[in-house]
Amino acid sequence: MAETTAKRLAIIAGHGTLDAAYPPLILSTSAIAMDMEAAIFFTFYGLNILKKGQADKLKVAPIANPAMPIPVPNIIGMLPGMTHMATGMMKSWMKKAKVAKLSELMEVALESGVRLIACQMTMDVMGIKKEDLIDGIEIGGAATFLEYASQNAIVLTF
Amino acid sequence: MAINADQVLDCSGLACPMPIIKTKKAVDGLQVGQVLQMIATDPGSVSDVEAWTKKTGHELLGHQKDGDKFVFFIKRTK
Repeated sequence: MAETTAKRLAIIAGHGTLDAAYPPLILSTSAIAMDMEAAIFFTFYGLNILKKGQADKLKVAPIANPAMPIPVPNIIGMLPGMTHMATGMMKSWMKKAKVAKLSELMEVALESGVRLIACQMTMDVMGIKKEDLIDGIEIGGAATFLEYASQNAIVLTF
Repeated sequence: MAINADQVLDCSGLACPMPIIKTKKAVDGLQVGQVLQMIATDPGSVSDVEAWTKKTGHELLGHQKDGDKFVFFIKRTK
């Protein structure tokens, strides 16, 4: 019988902000909990999520972001310290909502067998070395991701 | 609801996706036929637990609201 439901979740994480890092980690760890397989392909700024000790230091961008719960005009957002401030506000809201930290979700992802794939090409572009990234990940390219995604996967991009 | 649980898992105060991730771990630790009582405060867990049982094939025997808590009874089926 043909498989009628997807068995895999394949995600591309291309952004390195706090808010962009959550969906890939939440969805991939949930997929494993739902007896699916999951992989995240980290490329460009998304590689920052994989840097050692960086997961909990990712920031929220107040500039060109009209959707902050408390809107910050761009001209204010560009002032020194505003990124730090917006990030602090977001973190306090998340703490209040009891959202797990990114480092905790990353630990769950590693433990539960989410494949974490760092894009070799963009590592070279951005001067990121394997030893800059956390242990337990793989390094690969487009073909690695596509081979995985081509087998009955839901594919999402963040 | 009079359902006897073999194990209780308290996910009070946890946000998505942790209740589901902890539920999965707990159900994996049960014998087939045993029942997990899971307690959550995340209102999203009502929809999520239902979706999780639908996808994994385990049985949601029932759920109830107890003040600000949601209580689920999940039977391991395989």
